[in-house]
This record gives sequence, structure tokens and C-alpha cells, in this order.
Amino acid sequence: MTAMARFAVPVYPYRRPPELDGARRHCGVVVVGAGPVGLTTAIDLAQRGISVLVLDDDNTVSVGSRAICYAKRTLEILDRLGCGEAVTSKGVGWSVGKVYHGDQLAYQFDLLSESGHHRPAFVNLQQYHLEACLVNRAQSLPATELRWRHRVVGVAHDDENVALRVATPDGEYDLTCDWLVVCDGARSPVRHLLRLDTEGQIFRDRFLIADIRMTSDFPAERRFWFDPPFHPNQSVLLHRQPDNVWRVDFQLGWEADPDEETKPERILPRLHAMLGTETHFEIEWASVYTFQCRRMQKFRQGRVLFAGDAAHLVSPFGARGANSGVQDADNLGWKLDLVLRGIAPETLLDSYNHERIAAADENIRNSTRSTDFITPKSAVSRTFRDAVLSLARDYPFARRLVNSGRLSVPMVLTDSPLNTPDVDVFAGAMVPGAPAADAPVAGPDGGWLLDHVGGTFVLLVFDIDVAADDMRALAGGDVPCRVLHVGGNDRAVVCDIDGIVAARYDGARGTCYLMRPDQHVCARWREFDVSRVRAAVARACAIGTT
Amino acid sequence: MLNTDPNIAVPDDFYEALLAMHRDLTDAQSTLVNARLILLLANHVGDAAVLREAMEAARAGVVTQASTAT
Repeated sequence: MTAMARFAVPVYPYRRPPELDGARRHCGVVVVGAGPVGLTTAIDLAQRGISVLVLDDDNTVSVGSRAICYAKRTLEILDRLGCGEAVTSKGVGWSVGKVYHGDQLAYQFDLLSESGHHRPAFVNLQQYHLEACLVNRAQSLPATELRWRHRVVGVAHDDENVALRVATPDGEYDLTCDWLVVCDGARSPVRHLLRLDTEGQIFRDRFLIADIRMTSDFPAERRFWFDPPFHPNQSVLLHRQPDNVWRVDFQLGWEADPDEETKPERILPRLHAMLGTETHFEIEWASVYTFQCRRMQKFRQGRVLFAGDAAHLVSPFGARGANSGVQDADNLGWKLDLVLRGIAPETLLDSYNHERIAAADENIRNSTRSTDFITPKSAVSRTFRDAVLSLARDYPFARRLVNSGRLSVPMVLTDSPLNTPDVDVFAGAMVPGAPAADAPVAGPDGGWLLDHVGGTFVLLVFDIDVAADDMRALAGGDVPCRVLHVGGNDRAVVCDIDGIVAARYDGARGTCYLMRPDQHVCARWREFDVSRVRAAVARACAIGTT
Repeated sequence: MLNTDPNIAVPDDFYEALLAMHRDLTDAQSTLVNARLILLLANHVGDAAVLREAMEAARAGVVTQASTAT
């Protein structure tokens, strides 16, 4: 027996709230749910100096590993929130995926084939580790207050505010807030209290997740099998997590009995068939799940905003659940801040609805396509799937049709009303709406471009000097915009040491990129013009638009 | 645009080869071979508009206009 590091499950203390003893409380923002999405939202707002009250009906982190694959974009967001390093160093980085058919390799992909990025394509990390890290960060910020074992049991909202009734072990109390952010997960009690529904598909298939502890020298890759000899006619997925924990995901079919299949006597033979009877392992957690691809019709309902699984659900193939939820929070934080401060109109929050519904639809589309491949719904669908897999061994074209999950990439917000359309000609991927590409630099805030971008609006300027008056004008507006000089010489604040920034941004001399506080490009020009920059900032904040 | 004019030089030779492709196969094997053939030819064609036109023409001959899914 090898001694292995075990996760010490934290218990966060319940405290009797002053409202039970007569105090009255009105908050700017209340977040419901202290999972990855709620905590990310709270940290983002607190970093902006906005007081946030977080209510959670539990007093600990997630049970079981649950969401385990965190994408590069999520890590970049976590960097901005002060948690990126802890999560990346604890997690297992990977970028290679292998797909097997039977016992043969059918297809292999590399999600990050180019260098010059701070963060890896993915890290695997148990959700409880991520949550513990986020709780620590949130608790270190004076503007956040986390209330454990506080369950929302009543919600009402009108044009003025949101009224909540909250149950605690000591009784119930009332609370009001300007804005309610609902991040209480797939079952979303608050969504049910508001009698709001999600629309979409439920898939008729069941999967067994087993987290096992074992010492193995399998590489840190995503491995997926269609019809392997050890689990015929079904699929299997294997992921490595930290602490010698491995995630195995067995497709079981619709007829499987969830209660029976989580019993050790049913799980062990499956694992022995896969790993060999002599491999020593122990089961840490097991669960049988079905999945759905659904979303709410609107993520903004007046003063109530929905984020993460409460708003949209996808199948797990593609890691598009938690990752898209964190991007929801990233999209919402700066907008809610500007609205709470009275700088931007409430209609800015409609862009949250617009942009994140577009993202949810993209995730649902990709996840549904993967599911149609993994779980064929008809005989002909199964035939084409098997035809693709059999062709993939010999023909490269067929490998691109194999779909074991199209892994999470951030939405390019091409159709966002917040973008200023291009008037100049550019090459490359950094179109208005794109999340900013990272690149190695030498600069005051670190060795990566993304260390210098985000939080506020930033104007990236290539190889020219913006006059001090113009810089002051941009920095001193209602919505401040920092000017960041990028170049290949020492005069630049951020030195493009390898020329990769210029290459990724088509950054010829004079080029300017306007980045939103969430690091998405929203405008770009070939020449600097202070009035155009100010107009683009206003547009990105829905100021002066109807 | 999908070419539906006669384009096969020796039609009877082609048809004989098509049937020969299925010789000695079970129904399940034949179904799989047909699917593989469709995928190989689709990749050869490549053009998404032509493929869509061909799929619509194939389906239209089997189901009535009203019940054709979009």
C-alpha cells in the first residue's frame, strides 16, 4: 500500500447573520452559489471594489471531482483573478488527445501546437481543489462576504430591486439587493423559485464516472476509446488528475440501473477489465449520470442574471460546462461594475445576455454533435459513426470527422453590439470580439502580454508614442482606458521580445487594439485617433446607444 | 452545382461494379460499405453546397416535399 496525499475536505463555518436579530440589509450584488461560477463572479466584482454577498446552502466544496478539465481561457481568467498560478501548478497540464477504435489508435490531436503561450491548453484538477482555491481568494478580499448554509427560499423582483428570503439553521430572514446573480448549478433552486425553465434535449444514455487512486505511468493525455476490447460496444474516457487520481468514464447505455452500477461489485470488474487484475487501485468516488443540452431563453430577467449551469447545460464531452460558466462570470463582472457605479446604462447587461447566449448556443451545438457521434440515436447514425471510425485508420480525411468531444475554446463574440466594426484591413485571428491572444513579452507586470491586459479597458499601441495629453484624456474619462505601448525597442512599456505580439495581432507600426476589461478585442485601427478610441469605449459600454 | 447530367462513361460497367462491391456481404456489412462509400465520395467532392444539393435530391425522391426536414 502506498500512502497517498488525501484532500482534506474543508468545512466553512456557519455564522448567525445579524438580520436574524433585527438588522436590515440592502446589497448591491448578491451571488447565489459558491461554486466555480459564483466565486469567480464574486472575486471579479470584489477586485473592482464592489461589495458582494455570496449565499451557499452548503458549507464545503464539491463532493467528488466533477468538472476536471479547465481550459487555457479559464486559466487566463483565473490569472486576472489571482488564482491562475495556484490552479495551474496544482493541476496536470495536457494538450494531446488520443482516440482509439477497438484496440487501435484512430486519431490523435494536439490542442496547443504553437509555443508562446503562458498557459497550457488544459489542466486537469478536481473541482473541489478549484473551489477551495477560489474560496481562499474570495475570503482574502475585504469586499466579499461568504455566508455558508444560507439557502434562498423565496425570490421576488421588480424594476427597483430583488427581495430574497433566506433560510439558515437559526431561522429565516429577508434581504434586498440591486442585482441578483444566480449561479446555483444545474438544478438551480432559484430558477425554479422564479418558475423559469430551460429548453433543449435530454439524451437517452447513461455514463459511469469513477475516480480511482492508483500509481501509474500513463502519460497526461486525454484518452478516449470507441468499442474497446475491455468494454465492447460502448465508449470509455480516461483523464489524469493530481494526487494520483484518475477519472474513468464508462458509457453504459440507457438501460443501465444507476443504483446498481455505482456499487463496487459492479464497478470493479469494469476497472479490472480495463486496467488488468494485478493493477492496484482504490475507488474514491463514483457516480452515474445522464446529460442534457439545454438553456434558458434569457440569461437576464430584469434584475436577475443567470450564469453557468443554472443558465445552460451541455454534455461533458468537450469540457464546455464549467469553462463556459467561468466565461459567463468574466463577461458579467465588468459590466455589472459599470452599471452599479451608474457609469453605464442597465442595457449594458443585455449584452451579457446576447453574448453569452451566443456562446451557450455554440457550446450546445458542439456538445450535441459530439453526443450524436458518441451516442448514436438510430441504426443509420450508428452505421455512419462506425464507417467514420473504420475509415479513420487508413484515411486522414476521416480522422477529422471522429468526434469524441470538441474541446472548449472561448467564443469569438463576432456579432456583439459592443464591437466597433473594422474600417481598416487586418490579417489574423484578432478580429473584434476575439479573446486576446497571449504572447511572451518583457514588461512591468510580467513576462506575458495578458499580464498587462484586462481589468480595465486597455489600448494596445504598436511602435508609436501616444501624446501625454491623449493618454490623460483616455485615462481620465468616465470609463478609464489605459494606453499600453508595445514595441520592439526599449521605449515601449511592453517589449515584444520575440516579435510574437506583432505577428499574432498583425501589429504594423501605428496599429491600435482596444481591449475590453475581459480581454476581448472590441475595436482596432491602423492609426491612433483619440476621438475614435473614446467612441469605441463608449460603444463597448452601451453608453449613448439605444 | 450538382451535376445530374449523364457523367459516367460506361453506366453498365459502373452498375455492375457497384453490385460487385457488395458480393458475399451480409446486410449489415453492405450497410457499412455503403456508408464508407458515401463518406469517401463526399470527401472527394468536398464542396459543401454540392453535397447539400445531393443530400436534398436523395431525400426528396423518398419523402414528399412537405415532410422533408430542413
